Amino acid sequence: MKDPDSKKKFKDSVNEIWRSVFRHGYKDTPRNRILQIISNVWLHLHPAQVREHGTKIRFTWCMGGITFFIFLFETITGILLMFYYTPDVNKAYADTMDLMYVVPFGRLLRNCHRWGAHAMVITVSIHMLRVFLTGSYKAPRRFNWVMGVFLLVITFLLSFTGYLLPWDQLGYWAITVGMNMAGATPFLGHEGPFAQVLGMTANNDVRFALMGGSTIAAPALLRAYVWHCIGIPLIAAALMMVHFWRIRKDGGISGRL
Amino acid sequence: MEISRQKIESVELEDDRVFTWPTLVVKEFLAAIFVTVGLLFYSYFVDAPLREISDPGQAENPAKAPWYFAGLQEQLVYFDPWYAGVVLPSIIVLGLILLPYLDNNPKGNGYFTFKERKFAIPVFVSGYVFWYVLVYIGTALRGPFWTFFWPWEKWTHDFPTPPPLHNLSLPWGIALLVGFYGIGYAIPLFVKRDFFRNMGIIRYALTLGLLLTMIGTVGKMILRLAFNVKYIIETSVINI
Ligand code: HEM
Repeated sequence: MKDPDSKKKFKDSVNEIWRSVFRHGYKDTPRNRILQIISNVWLHLHPAQVREHGTKIRFTWCMGGITFFIFLFETITGILLMFYYTPDVNKAYADTMDLMYVVPFGRLLRNCHRWGAHAMVITVSIHMLRVFLTGSYKAPRRFNWVMGVFLLVITFLLSFTGYLLPWDQLGYWAITVGMNMAGATPFLGHEGPFAQVLGMTANNDVRFALMGGSTIAAPALLRAYVWHCIGIPLIAAALMMVHFWRIRKDGGISGRL
Repeated sequence: MEISRQKIESVELEDDRVFTWPTLVVKEFLAAIFVTVGLLFYSYFVDAPLREISDPGQAENPAKAPWYFAGLQEQLVYFDPWYAGVVLPSIIVLGLILLPYLDNNPKGNGYFTFKERKFAIPVFVSGYVFWYVLVYIGTALRGPFWTFFWPWEKWTHDFPTPPPLHNLSLPWGIALLVGFYGIGYAIPLFVKRDFFRNMGIIRYALTLGLLLTMIGTVGKMILRLAFNVKYIIETSVINI
């Protein structure tokens, strides 16, 4: 590139490609800082400017953002796990064993997914504590707190439904404990108070509906799998869309007026 | 282009604002990297649990719910499953949903403060801590047959037979329960008048109902641990 003209031409063409992707220049100018956010489909979740205290880790503890990130992390590792796992009582345990001992990086993959799930339960509850302690649930953010509570429950359920999938003793008996509690629901569970009122038996109560049977067997495994991999993640994603949208609509991150 | 550029460049930041890019985005990006590295690191060294293949005929002892539900399972010691496993968690979720509508203290909105929220913070934080204390007991301190073991004790199957439990007689039980809620609702009316005035009757009824249920849950635990009371109220359909 001795020709000074060719250097400029090269720069121009790089710039042209850059602009075709990002729709604005590369230079660090105030204008580009704003365009960086508002002309990017992912980043425009954010406003172009935020109140300074809202960017401080000591204010948000970054816990909402990290919870969201772990959700994405779980989605990716979860999809990879689905390539190897079959929700069939004759295969589930063997598939999980294979992941631990045969599949390349399978052990790391499963460990990541498992510990990520625990981490998400922890971070979401710390996030809730932060939101409480800053009083950020007060008007106008009341409804977003309610969305948050739904997300909290959903996070528990995501983790809980995943617990059965390895089909080992740990998961099996943990879910048994949970399902016995469901069977004790007043009115709706056959072992709960007032079960007779609606004529509940082990074959038609809420526990039966959750397990697809009166014991934890093939239908229960399939139900846990479908809820875990499709149903609950979709609900979680929908709730998060509302949660994030409301943060913006409620005036951005909370703070002193 | 050059002329209009001058105009565009003079982007003014409003009052206390900063550009999201890079101030906030950088932190999010770093947080994402730390979390990823942390999880990979932990997962490299610590294996996720995997026991023997499930066997419906071979119950685990103790069979434990996942840790985040172990607090509710721990409540099974003190309550029947319909309360510990269904009604109590429903009340907690309902209470959380109602919280922003019950707390009508306009102060402390959007910043850390204890001084301006001397009622809300202690109540919520004690509930939060209580939940995790139960989680800890349920996961770490309960051995075979859900027997209590201190962290330094070894889990064994031969522990002394626990003392027999008894129930309160029905009239006493009902009196205790009604008295507890009745007095609980009345106390603030005498001690702290403006509490009721500020909240109005509906908020007051719901807030105290939730608070008393939280206290009552602890109270029942004390009755059980200190006085070996199994049920306060025992009937043919429902036991509390
Ligand atoms: C999967 C679960 C959740 C995700 C991914 C999530 C994500 C977020 C994010 C990214 C923020 C921005 C500020 C921050 O990071 O702190 C936020 C704010 C907020 N979250 Fe969540 N959240 C979740 C669950 C919850 C829960 C359980 C609650 C409460 C019960 C809650 C209530 C709120 C409220 C009220 C705000 C606004 C806070 C403010 O403006 O200061 N969220 N959430």
